[in-house]
Amino acid sequence: MSTRQILIAGFGGQGILFAGKFLAYKGLMEDKQVSWLPSYGPEMRGGTASCSVIISDEPVGSPIVSTPDLLVAMNLPSLDKYESSVVPGGTIIVDSTLIERKVARDDVNVVYIPATGLASENGMPTLANMIIVGKILKLYDEFNMEGVNAALGKVISARHQDMLQFNLKAMELGADA
Amino acid sequence: MTDKVLMKGNEALAEAAIMAGCRHYFGYPITPQTEVAAYMAKRMPKIGGTFLQAESEIAAINMVYGVASAGFRVMTSSSSPGIALKSEGLSYLAGADLPALVINVQRGGPGLGGIQPSQSDYFQATKAGGHGDFRMIVLAPASVQEMADLTVKGFDLADKYRMTSMILADGTMGQMMEPVSLNYGEPTKYDKSWAVTGTECARPHNIVNSLFLQPDELEKFNFIRYERYKQIEENETMYEEYMMEDAEICVVAFGISARVAKNAIVQARAEGIKVGMIRPITLWPFPKAPMLKASEKVHTFISVEMSMGQMIEDIELAIRCRRPVKLCNRVGGMIPSPDQVYASIVETAKEGGAQ
Repeated sequence: MSTRQILIAGFGGQGILFAGKFLAYKGLMEDKQVSWLPSYGPEMRGGTASCSVIISDEPVGSPIVSTPDLLVAMNLPSLDKYESSVVPGGTIIVDSTLIERKVARDDVNVVYIPATGLASENGMPTLANMIIVGKILKLYDEFNMEGVNAALGKVISARHQDMLQFNLKAMELGADA
Repeated sequence: MTDKVLMKGNEALAEAAIMAGCRHYFGYPITPQTEVAAYMAKRMPKIGGTFLQAESEIAAINMVYGVASAGFRVMTSSSSPGIALKSEGLSYLAGADLPALVINVQRGGPGLGGIQPSQSDYFQATKAGGHGDFRMIVLAPASVQEMADLTVKGFDLADKYRMTSMILADGTMGQMMEPVSLNYGEPTKYDKSWAVTGTECARPHNIVNSLFLQPDELEKFNFIRYERYKQIEENETMYEEYMMEDAEICVVAFGISARVAKNAIVQARAEGIKVGMIRPITLWPFPKAPMLKASEKVHTFISVEMSMGQMIEDIELAIRCRRPVKLCNRVGGMIPSPDQVYASIVETAKEGGAQ
């Protein structure tokens, strides 16, 4: 890995920023150079949200991901907007519960995962984001428990430490899906 | 493993301010700097400091004036329209020779504009902070680490020269997270024997004031102040040179624009184009000397900014209009892409300095 440019996009409230923060922290704990940049409107929920994450062996230049190696689309407007920006040979992860259409491009790897459906079925309706994160780590072959636990400990605030196990379970679900 | 933590620029800045000995913060909420206020609201009560959400920006800057008069480190933060409201107070701080730190996390303008990042308060920060003859030291961070480091530096410079330092950041710098390491020693102490701290009947009264009705007296203070500004220009100018050794094209950019430009420069270098960058870290004082020197070898300058070319005037003055200065910009909350900057560099290389 030299530089990995990740763009996660969806509705506000889906945990887009949190998922990005987890990936950035995991990178940091593995001594990578990282940046995390949110983009969202004035509203707390609803509206569109996206998050640029860069994980690199080199110092990060621009923190804005305009041509992602990996795109996570958690709603249709995000897939419509960013599908064409993914680099050839890159990867698109689609939440197939919320997005019915298929990816039109044939020069990228596509992973369909019914993350929102899986999350509700397993009693963790707010953790579709972490199901997808589990999938990402699996794809990159970086699902090591030590790194995952350490990064989770950093991104989950002290008063929500009880959520750690749920997040872990969600990620395992995603990795196996 | 590393001792670095991930922090938003706004939060790193706020924590650095506390580490620099700032115990008094006054502000009024506005996107995209609200995390500064939120952080201060959480931390200040725990360390015996003051967090106060004022009734307006104007109230906040005048509270800063009060605390600065008493000799304490103090700051306020806002974003573009809010800074405009503070401009009267900025002038009063200058007129009373008070040290303070003011943060502007810029958003698109003019007017209420939008909430997305911008650099269009360049004129306001470097030339027109308020009425009257005065300057502010203007620091332009280009990473979360610099958001923190320049905050500490800003307090030191403010105290050293008895004037306002401004951090001119933008929404990207405020909102983005990067690894940051906050290690600062004990805050440097500066002589503040001018402060109004109570005489205890042991010394003459100190007076903090910006009203001088005798014109010769007012003139004298202006002259003294500008002597200080001259020292600052000589001693405190900061900039970064990037791949300038053999450069024929010089990009000038600060803050987030410099980050974007770096990507484009790397790309252009791979194509054999000799391009480099001078990144001003202080916007006032502006790094004139390295630019004038660069103009001997460089055929064209490109100003990459998120404004309609406000910085171009300073570049042209610095290089005495010897070379053309082109503009590569986005405004209104849009950020230039590395591709846009790259295209501008390639076009400039083809022109080879022909006007």
